[in-house]
Amino acid sequence: MSSTNWNLEPSLESTAVVQLQEQYDLYIDGKWQAPQEKKYFATSNPADESHLSNIAWATEADVAIAVKAARNAYENVWSKLSGAERGKYLFRIARLMQEKSRELAVLETLDGGKPIKESRDIDLPLACNHFFYYAGWADKLSAAFPGKRIESLGVAAQITPWNFPLLMLAWKIAPALACGNTVVLKPAETTSLTALKFAEICQEADLPAGVVNIVTGHGDTGALLVSHPDIDKIAFTGSTAVGKQIQKACIGTNKKLTLELGGKSANIILEDAPIDQAVEGVVNAIFFNQGHVCCAGSRLFVQESIAARVIEKLKFRLQSIYVGNPLDKNTDIGAINSKKQLETIERYIQLGQEEGAEIYQPACKLPSKGYYCPPTLFTDVAQSARIAQEEIFGPVLAIQTFRTIDEVLQKANNSPYGLAAGVWTDKGARIFGLSSQLQAGVVWANTYNKFDPASPFGGYKESGFGREGGLHGLSAYLKITQ
Amino acid sequence: MQPNQHLKLQEILAQVPPIDQIGSLERVAKIQSRSLKGPTKLHGLRMALSMIDLTTLEGKDTPAKVRQLCYKAQHLHVTSPELPTVAAICVYPTMVGIAKKALENSKIKVAAVSTAFPSGQAPFEVKKIDTLYAIENGADEIDMVISRGHFLAGEYSYVFDEIAAIKALCGTARLKVIFETGELDSLDQVRRISDIAIAAGADFIKTSTGKIQPAATFPVVLTMLGAIKDHHDRTGQMIGMKPAGGISSAKIALQHLLIVKEVLGEAWLTNEWYRFGASSLANDLLMQYQKQLTGKYQSASYFSID
Amino acid sequence: MEILKTYKLYIGGQFPRTESGRSYQIQSAAGQAIANACLGSKKDIRNAVQAARKAQTGWVNKSAFNRSQIIYRIAEMLESRKVQFIDELMLMGQTEQSAVEEVQLSIDRLVYYAGWADKYQALSSSVNPVSSSHFNFSVPEPMGVVGVVACQKTALLGLISQTIPLLVGGNTVVVIANTLKALSAISFAEVLATSDVPGGVVNILTGDVAEMLPTLAGHMDVNALSLSTIPEDLSRSAQEAAIDNLKRCQLYHLDFSAPQNQGLQFITDFLEIKTTWHPIEQVASGIGGY
Repeated sequence: MSSTNWNLEPSLESTAVVQLQEQYDLYIDGKWQAPQEKKYFATSNPADESHLSNIAWATEADVAIAVKAARNAYENVWSKLSGAERGKYLFRIARLMQEKSRELAVLETLDGGKPIKESRDIDLPLACNHFFYYAGWADKLSAAFPGKRIESLGVAAQITPWNFPLLMLAWKIAPALACGNTVVLKPAETTSLTALKFAEICQEADLPAGVVNIVTGHGDTGALLVSHPDIDKIAFTGSTAVGKQIQKACIGTNKKLTLELGGKSANIILEDAPIDQAVEGVVNAIFFNQGHVCCAGSRLFVQESIAARVIEKLKFRLQSIYVGNPLDKNTDIGAINSKKQLETIERYIQLGQEEGAEIYQPACKLPSKGYYCPPTLFTDVAQSARIAQEEIFGPVLAIQTFRTIDEVLQKANNSPYGLAAGVWTDKGARIFGLSSQLQAGVVWANTYNKFDPASPFGGYKESGFGREGGLHGLSAYLKITQ
Repeated sequence: MQPNQHLKLQEILAQVPPIDQIGSLERVAKIQSRSLKGPTKLHGLRMALSMIDLTTLEGKDTPAKVRQLCYKAQHLHVTSPELPTVAAICVYPTMVGIAKKALENSKIKVAAVSTAFPSGQAPFEVKKIDTLYAIENGADEIDMVISRGHFLAGEYSYVFDEIAAIKALCGTARLKVIFETGELDSLDQVRRISDIAIAAGADFIKTSTGKIQPAATFPVVLTMLGAIKDHHDRTGQMIGMKPAGGISSAKIALQHLLIVKEVLGEAWLTNEWYRFGASSLANDLLMQYQKQLTGKYQSASYFSID
Repeated sequence: MEILKTYKLYIGGQFPRTESGRSYQIQSAAGQAIANACLGSKKDIRNAVQAARKAQTGWVNKSAFNRSQIIYRIAEMLESRKVQFIDELMLMGQTEQSAVEEVQLSIDRLVYYAGWADKYQALSSSVNPVSSSHFNFSVPEPMGVVGVVACQKTALLGLISQTIPLLVGGNTVVVIANTLKALSAISFAEVLATSDVPGGVVNILTGDVAEMLPTLAGHMDVNALSLSTIPEDLSRSAQEAAIDNLKRCQLYHLDFSAPQNQGLQFITDFLEIKTTWHPIEQVASGIGGY
């Protein structure tokens, strides 16, 4: 019996589990509050451009009310609770998130365009686990810093990006609360919905009013939040350009700052690498979450002796990558988060061709509505090309070859960024030799794009400073003195 | 071994890539998370049925038992005559003649296990006689076992020569080479023996005898498919794959087919290039098939056992 | 007649004059000229940063034990020239008691930090129990080249307290010394030059903070800044200039003679944390882990 075209039928995740309101207000002081200026903005599904809901656009007065609520909650409630009690709230939140994990996963996919497979199997478990992890630290802070005086900071202003909306919220809120701070969080304007669902979870968990406040809005809302004088701590994940503005705004204040910014991370394959796993690693590195990953392995360096083979394998592999409806359980690459981002990516794809690199995109039928980009390889890329230097934040890989280890180390470090790096080789001694010389906050050896609540994450150089996750993630939310 | 053969083996061994086990497990998990629905699933179930090497390999096998199995091979489920038959019957050499006769009006092949299956612990002359006996009785396919002891002792040229010698005896019969991966320690070894066997002339490579656990685990199969893919990329020649042992559910079988689809491509999704060595898989495939057609979960009582 | 010593810059292990060919007078408390010091320039900063960058890899690649030994050697050399340092401090206006105390504390501080060089790693690293089958560990690494504006109140103790922890962590430094009390800084450079500290690891410049700091703070190959108490506008503009390459800035408004102002955090303030992942093969059907 012969077989032709055994194609996977669409296998759509049901959206019935998600109940959306027509309009969302701000979550301040444990209550839903209409924005003072009564402004709202629309949020839509990037997979089909359909309208999802309207969301409050917080202005100066709203930010002030939210910060005040957080301050009150800090002074009067949260800072007076024992660590054990704070921990119990966090455990409770973690459990509630687990219980609603399918709803949150579907909502994340609807609002942001990421494949349901990833929101279900990666974002949600990691987000829940992050709360579990830091819940357990809340009453062990003195053990974490023996012999030191530790104090909470106060009110934390937190700004999260659109690529991992709920996961980044967890990365920010869980350690902040565990360490005794209260928060005002502003989610990215294209992906606010899971943060608002999270607010509902806080209500359901009976978290004291004002401990978590969610103010939605665009960049202007974020700018107002970080420049508010009664903020003690700022945690920002986003672009390097905005990170620099925030760093500037903090000068002369006592605001403690952590920044998790852009990257152009090098993924290096040496000739003795486990080649099939390395090729899969490349797929994880650059096509995970449509390439909307700050630590995406967007620069691939392959040793010349195996370059042709790796590229051949990669091209073949791309044929079984499914691009399309993010709600399809078989989709590997979902929708680009916004029209604006799609335009940016397309501009870089155009640029790469103008720069003389050779482009490869597998044949794939993209949905007629919504924002999609096929997985894209550029070969014959020069180190000096813009597609090899600038963060594209999309499923676009710039492939360069190298001859010697010295050469690739220099090229890998030859970047203003320093977020992550990948090394593929079968030789343990070489892994440690290379990984210790790579200027990057995270080095994945024979793997890529792995995350865990226990594992500190953050960059060198212009990729930001401070760490999120693990023991090291605590110090971002504490004042530690002798 | 001929000097040029020796050089060929050296070249093959020098090119064996390392395999990272954790990466392999992750790749498998990704494919396993794919969702099969509707016509895709139905088609997959039919394919899987057509790829079965329906197997009985027991000391207590008798002609009667083999004849019953051959009947089942041709009539998988009386109420679904539209279904394909299995690909082959897999038996000991002594049963080849019985099976050939029982299947003479069908296209179902007869495969014989060989070379002192399952241990392979016999003098080479005995293995030759074993194989020739099966061929002379009409075996269409020979499922030989490798000498795992020699392989683990690093005597790769011995293993290579043995496979090449059996291949030479096979004539038009297709040779499947069983590695018994459960005895081979690591995926690196699985990849090494895959490359050796392919170079020595295997038409199929096969994971296991079914007598040892673990058998056809997904990472092992993935590794072997990787060797087949690399060989094809290098030479254009297709090699067949046969996982065997422990593939007892439709779900597992379908996942195997998905791996083949992604790693090798759809050209391999025919029983000319892909087989399942299994004794109890067929009925689960049939039950799932009925479930797809009727929407009702099935009971084993309604599916004949042979 | 006394010979007045010329105090030169310390760059790349050499004692060059400033390329600008300028100098300024160091005066005693009574306003008398004691010596001439180089009035460092932008180009001196550039040369010093270059030297520090060049020395960085070699310094961090020395074994932690060796860095410890070298820093202890600095303490020994300072001890052997204690009298000179006391004299210079007194010449610049300190009482004998305060001079003796400052030099003694400086030596003690060197000894203290020497001991840290092969220990901070254990206390600031971690093995992280991730859920997947991976060995995951976090270790500290130096930020790279750090620009330091040394304490402008003390001549020696602040400089040592700000600089030595950076060396412990594997950084190399470019230091703008106390402008008015520059003698101790350059004498300390002579100690460094005779203490097995490789050239370029520490670079010390004298002169006007306001003139040199903007260049140092804006230099794209400087990774971090350690700023002592300096005029607010100067500090602010330095921090603004630092943003271009996202320098990590630490402001130390501290009295370094206080015992709490030495410690591990002065080392970790200038460290990055690197986290490495590597698969753990599952052997014998068991899932390994750390």
